[in-house]
Amino acid sequence: MIGAVSAASEDSNRRMLRARDAMDRRYAEPLDVPTLARIAHVSEAHFIRTFRAAFGETPHRYLQRRRVERAMWLLRCTDRTVTDICMDVGFSSLGTFSRVFREVVGEPPSVHRRRGPLPPAPSCFAMAWLRPAGDAAVSEKPAGAPRP
Amino acid sequence: MLTRIAITQIFVPDQDAALDFYVGKLGFEVRTDQAFGPMRFLTVALPDDPGHEVLLEKPGPPGYSEEVAAQVRDLISKGAAGGHLFFATDDAHKTHAEFRQRGVEITEEPVDRGYGIDFGFRDPFGNHVRVSQMKQP
Repeated sequence: MIGAVSAASEDSNRRMLRARDAMDRRYAEPLDVPTLARIAHVSEAHFIRTFRAAFGETPHRYLQRRRVERAMWLLRCTDRTVTDICMDVGFSSLGTFSRVFREVVGEPPSVHRRRGPLPPAPSCFAMAWLRPAGDAAVSEKPAGAPRP
Repeated sequence: MLTRIAITQIFVPDQDAALDFYVGKLGFEVRTDQAFGPMRFLTVALPDDPGHEVLLEKPGPPGYSEEVAAQVRDLISKGAAGGHLFFATDDAHKTHAEFRQRGVEITEEPVDRGYGIDFGFRDPFGNHVRVSQMKQP
Protein backbone atom coordinates (compact mmCIF):
# COMPACT_ATOMS: atom_id res chain seq x y z
CA MET A 1 0.00 0.00 0.00
CA ILE A 2 2.79 2.41 0.90
CA GLY A 3 4.45 1.38 -2.36
CA ALA A 4 1.36 2.21 -4.39
CA VAL A 5 0.97 5.65 -2.77
CA SER A 6 4.64 6.35 -3.31
CA ALA A 7 4.51 5.26 -6.97
CA ALA A 8 1.53 7.54 -7.60
CA SER A 9 3.30 10.46 -5.99
CA GLU A 10 6.49 9.82 -8.01
CA ASP A 11 4.45 9.71 -11.20
CA SER A 12 2.80 12.97 -10.22
CA ASN A 13 6.17 14.60 -9.43
CA ARG A 14 7.52 13.46 -12.76
CA ARG A 15 4.65 15.16 -14.57
CA MET A 16 5.14 18.36 -12.56
CA LEU A 17 8.82 18.22 -13.49
CA ARG A 18 7.80 18.04 -17.16
CA ALA A 19 5.78 21.23 -16.73
CA ARG A 20 8.67 22.90 -14.92
CA ASP A 21 11.04 21.90 -17.72
CA ALA A 22 8.58 23.47 -20.18
CA MET A 23 8.76 26.74 -18.23
CA ASP A 24 12.56 26.64 -18.32
CA ARG A 25 12.49 26.10 -22.06
CA ARG A 26 9.51 28.19 -23.19
CA TYR A 27 9.54 31.07 -20.65
CA ALA A 28 9.41 33.59 -23.52
CA GLU A 29 6.02 32.31 -24.63
CA PRO A 30 2.74 33.38 -23.03
CA LEU A 31 2.51 30.19 -20.94
CA ASP A 32 -0.71 30.01 -18.96
CA VAL A 33 -2.02 27.50 -16.45
CA PRO A 34 -4.20 25.60 -18.98
CA THR A 35 -1.15 25.07 -21.23
CA LEU A 36 1.04 23.88 -18.36
CA ALA A 37 -1.69 21.67 -16.90
CA ARG A 38 -2.02 20.00 -20.30
CA ILE A 39 1.71 19.30 -20.37
CA ALA A 40 1.42 17.76 -16.90
CA HIS A 41 -1.77 15.87 -17.81
CA VAL A 42 -3.76 17.15 -14.83
CA SER A 43 -6.69 19.47 -14.27
CA GLU A 44 -5.95 23.17 -13.86
CA ALA A 45 -7.01 23.33 -10.22
CA HIS A 46 -5.06 20.21 -9.39
CA PHE A 47 -1.99 21.47 -11.25
CA ILE A 48 -1.29 24.54 -9.14
CA ARG A 49 -1.75 22.68 -5.87
CA THR A 50 0.34 19.68 -6.93
CA PHE A 51 3.13 21.76 -8.41
CA ARG A 52 3.39 23.75 -5.22
CA ALA A 53 3.48 20.60 -3.12
CA ALA A 54 6.32 19.21 -5.25
CA PHE A 55 8.49 22.30 -5.67
CA GLY A 56 7.48 24.64 -2.84
CA GLU A 57 6.13 27.51 -4.95
CA THR A 58 3.30 28.10 -7.41
CA PRO A 59 3.93 27.59 -11.13
CA HIS A 60 3.26 31.30 -11.65
CA ARG A 61 5.99 32.26 -9.20
CA TYR A 62 8.40 29.72 -10.69
CA LEU A 63 7.86 31.16 -14.17
CA GLN A 64 8.20 34.75 -12.92
CA ARG A 65 11.52 33.98 -11.28
CA ARG A 66 12.72 32.13 -14.39
CA ARG A 67 11.85 35.14 -16.55
CA VAL A 68 13.57 37.51 -14.13
CA GLU A 69 16.66 35.25 -14.06
CA ARG A 70 16.87 35.34 -17.87
CA ALA A 71 16.34 39.13 -17.79
CA MET A 72 19.15 39.52 -15.24
CA TRP A 73 21.43 37.60 -17.55
CA LEU A 74 20.44 39.58 -20.66
CA LEU A 75 20.83 42.90 -18.84
CA ARG A 76 24.35 42.06 -17.79
CA CYS A 77 25.60 40.09 -20.79
CA THR A 78 24.00 41.89 -23.77
CA ASP A 79 23.40 45.46 -24.98
CA ARG A 80 19.67 44.98 -25.57
CA THR A 81 17.39 47.67 -24.20
CA VAL A 82 15.36 47.09 -21.05
CA THR A 83 12.17 47.18 -23.13
CA ASP A 84 13.49 44.58 -25.57
CA ILE A 85 14.60 42.34 -22.69
CA CYS A 86 11.21 42.67 -21.03
CA MET A 87 9.61 41.27 -24.20
CA ASP A 88 12.41 38.72 -24.80
CA VAL A 89 11.74 36.95 -21.52
CA GLY A 90 7.96 36.81 -21.85
CA PHE A 91 6.58 39.90 -20.08
CA SER A 92 3.98 41.79 -22.08
CA SER A 93 4.08 45.02 -20.09
CA LEU A 94 7.10 47.06 -19.10
CA GLY A 95 5.31 48.21 -15.97
CA THR A 96 4.77 44.65 -14.75
CA PHE A 97 8.30 43.67 -15.67
CA SER A 98 9.83 46.56 -13.74
CA ARG A 99 7.66 45.92 -10.70
CA VAL A 100 8.29 42.17 -10.60
CA PHE A 101 12.00 42.58 -11.30
CA ARG A 102 12.39 45.08 -8.49
CA GLU A 103 10.36 42.98 -6.09
CA VAL A 104 12.35 39.81 -6.83
CA VAL A 105 15.86 41.22 -7.26
CA GLY A 106 15.67 44.18 -4.89
CA GLU A 107 16.79 46.77 -7.45
CA PRO A 108 15.48 48.09 -10.80
CA PRO A 109 16.71 46.58 -14.10
CA SER A 110 18.80 49.64 -15.02
CA VAL A 111 20.64 49.51 -11.70
CA HIS A 112 21.16 45.76 -12.00
CA ARG A 113 22.72 46.25 -15.44
CA ARG A 114 25.50 48.37 -13.90
CA ARG A 115 26.79 45.31 -12.03
CA GLY A 116 28.49 44.39 -15.29
CA PRO A 117 28.89 41.12 -17.20
CA LEU A 118 28.42 37.79 -15.44
CA PRO A 119 31.26 35.26 -15.50
CA PRO A 120 30.85 32.62 -18.20
CA ALA A 121 29.15 29.42 -17.04
CA PRO A 122 27.15 26.66 -18.70
CA SER A 123 23.56 27.69 -19.31
CA CYS A 124 22.13 24.77 -17.35
CA PHE A 125 24.25 25.70 -14.32
CA ALA A 126 23.34 29.37 -14.63
CA MET A 127 19.65 28.63 -14.91
CA ALA A 128 19.76 26.31 -11.93
CA TRP A 129 21.66 28.63 -9.64
CA LEU A 130 21.05 32.21 -10.71
CA ARG A 131 17.26 32.15 -10.52
CA PRO A 132 16.66 34.76 -7.82
CA ALA A 133 15.13 33.57 -4.57
CA GLY A 134 13.19 36.80 -4.34
CA ASP A 135 14.03 37.48 -0.72
CA ALA A 136 17.70 38.39 -0.80
CA ALA A 137 20.08 40.81 -2.43
CA VAL A 138 22.38 39.59 -5.19
CA SER A 139 25.50 37.87 -3.87
CA GLU A 140 28.47 37.21 -6.05
CA LYS A 141 31.71 35.31 -6.08
CA PRO A 142 34.70 35.82 -8.39
CA ALA A 143 34.64 34.56 -11.96
CA GLY A 144 35.88 31.12 -13.01
CA ALA A 145 36.51 29.46 -16.36
CA PRO A 146 33.67 28.51 -18.72
CA ARG A 147 32.73 24.84 -18.57
CA PRO A 148 29.96 22.70 -20.01
CA MET B 1 47.58 8.81 -7.21
CA LEU B 2 44.15 8.41 -8.73
CA THR B 3 44.29 7.83 -12.48
CA ARG B 4 40.76 8.01 -13.81
CA ILE B 5 37.07 7.61 -13.06
CA ALA B 6 36.11 3.95 -13.51
CA ILE B 7 32.49 3.85 -12.36
CA THR B 8 29.93 6.60 -11.94
CA GLN B 9 26.64 5.84 -10.20
CA ILE B 10 23.13 7.08 -10.80
CA PHE B 11 19.92 5.99 -9.10
CA VAL B 12 17.20 4.44 -11.24
CA PRO B 13 13.92 3.20 -9.78
CA ASP B 14 13.50 0.53 -12.48
CA GLN B 15 16.56 -1.24 -13.88
CA ASP B 16 14.77 -2.84 -16.85
CA ALA B 17 13.35 0.51 -17.92
CA ALA B 18 16.82 2.00 -17.40
CA LEU B 19 18.31 -0.57 -19.78
CA ASP B 20 15.65 0.20 -22.39
CA PHE B 21 16.62 3.83 -22.17
CA TYR B 22 20.39 3.88 -21.68
CA VAL B 23 21.10 0.94 -24.01
CA GLY B 24 18.12 1.11 -26.36
CA LYS B 25 17.97 4.86 -26.87
CA LEU B 26 21.33 6.34 -25.88
CA GLY B 27 23.60 3.62 -27.28
CA PHE B 28 25.23 2.25 -24.13
CA GLU B 29 26.32 -1.40 -23.90
CA VAL B 30 25.83 -3.62 -20.87
CA ARG B 31 29.15 -4.32 -19.10
CA THR B 32 27.94 -6.20 -16.04
CA ASP B 33 24.51 -7.58 -15.25
CA GLN B 34 24.54 -10.04 -12.39
CA ALA B 35 22.73 -10.93 -9.24
CA PHE B 36 24.67 -9.69 -6.22
CA GLY B 37 22.76 -11.03 -3.25
CA PRO B 38 19.42 -9.25 -3.32
CA MET B 39 20.83 -6.58 -5.60
CA ARG B 40 21.21 -6.58 -9.35
CA PHE B 41 24.66 -5.22 -10.14
CA LEU B 42 24.11 -3.48 -13.44
CA THR B 43 26.67 -1.37 -15.26
CA VAL B 44 26.72 0.05 -18.77
CA ALA B 45 29.36 1.87 -20.80
CA LEU B 46 29.65 3.68 -24.12
CA PRO B 47 31.27 1.67 -26.95
CA ASP B 48 33.81 4.51 -27.42
CA ASP B 49 34.55 4.78 -23.69
CA PRO B 50 34.41 1.21 -22.35
CA GLY B 51 36.55 2.01 -19.30
CA HIS B 52 34.04 4.39 -17.80
CA GLU B 53 31.03 2.48 -16.53
CA VAL B 54 27.79 3.86 -15.22
CA LEU B 55 26.27 1.88 -12.34
CA LEU B 56 22.49 1.86 -12.64
CA GLU B 57 21.58 1.36 -9.00
CA LYS B 58 18.07 0.75 -7.78
CA PRO B 59 17.51 2.17 -4.29
CA GLY B 60 15.90 -0.44 -2.04
CA PRO B 61 16.36 -2.86 0.85
CA PRO B 62 18.61 -4.01 2.33
CA GLY B 63 21.03 -1.31 1.19
CA TYR B 64 18.41 1.33 1.80
CA SER B 65 15.33 0.92 3.96
CA GLU B 66 12.01 1.10 2.12
CA GLU B 67 11.45 4.55 3.67
CA VAL B 68 14.80 5.88 2.47
CA ALA B 69 14.35 4.29 -0.95
CA ALA B 70 11.02 6.08 -1.25
CA GLN B 71 12.73 9.36 -0.40
CA VAL B 72 15.38 8.75 -3.06
CA ARG B 73 12.72 7.92 -5.65
CA ASP B 74 10.86 11.07 -4.65
CA LEU B 75 13.98 13.16 -5.32
CA ILE B 76 14.61 11.43 -8.67
CA SER B 77 11.06 12.21 -9.79
CA LYS B 78 11.60 15.87 -8.86
CA GLY B 79 14.85 16.03 -10.82
CA ALA B 80 16.78 16.57 -7.59
CA ALA B 81 18.64 13.28 -7.09
CA GLY B 82 21.90 14.60 -8.55
CA GLY B 83 24.18 12.18 -10.35
CA HIS B 84 23.90 14.23 -13.54
CA LEU B 85 25.64 12.67 -16.51
CA PHE B 86 27.44 15.08 -18.83
CA PHE B 87 28.38 13.66 -22.21
CA ALA B 88 30.66 14.81 -24.99
CA THR B 89 29.66 14.43 -28.63
CA ASP B 90 31.23 15.20 -32.01
CA ASP B 91 27.95 16.48 -33.42
CA ALA B 92 25.35 17.90 -31.05
CA HIS B 93 22.72 18.60 -33.71
CA LYS B 94 22.93 15.10 -35.19
CA THR B 95 22.83 13.42 -31.78
CA HIS B 96 19.91 15.60 -30.74
CA ALA B 97 17.98 14.70 -33.90
CA GLU B 98 18.59 10.98 -33.32
CA PHE B 99 17.51 11.17 -29.68
CA ARG B 100 14.42 13.18 -30.54
CA GLN B 101 13.45 10.61 -33.13
CA ARG B 102 13.82 7.87 -30.52
CA GLY B 103 11.43 9.68 -28.23
CA VAL B 104 13.94 11.03 -25.69
CA GLU B 105 12.41 13.82 -23.57
CA ILE B 106 14.46 16.85 -24.66
CA THR B 107 14.50 19.68 -22.10
CA GLU B 108 16.62 22.13 -24.07
CA GLU B 109 17.31 22.31 -27.79
CA PRO B 110 20.91 22.61 -29.04
CA VAL B 111 22.24 26.14 -28.51
CA ASP B 112 25.65 27.60 -29.34
CA ARG B 113 26.99 28.74 -25.96
CA GLY B 114 30.41 30.07 -26.79
CA TYR B 115 32.14 27.10 -25.11
CA GLY B 116 30.33 24.78 -27.50
CA ILE B 117 26.90 23.57 -28.57
CA ASP B 118 24.86 21.77 -25.96
CA PHE B 119 21.43 20.40 -25.27
CA GLY B 120 19.68 18.69 -22.38
CA PHE B 121 17.26 15.87 -21.75
CA ARG B 122 15.84 13.73 -18.96
CA ASP B 123 15.81 10.01 -18.52
CA PRO B 124 12.39 8.42 -17.97
CA PHE B 125 12.72 8.78 -14.19
CA GLY B 126 13.70 12.47 -13.97
CA ASN B 127 17.49 12.33 -13.97
CA HIS B 128 18.97 15.23 -15.91
CA VAL B 129 21.43 14.56 -18.71
CA ARG B 130 23.48 17.04 -20.69
CA VAL B 131 25.36 16.72 -24.00
CA SER B 132 28.06 19.11 -25.22
CA GLN B 133 29.97 19.44 -28.43
CA MET B 134 32.89 21.42 -27.08
CA LYS B 135 34.75 23.92 -29.24
CA GLN B 136 38.29 22.88 -30.03
CA PRO B 137 40.72 25.03 -28.00
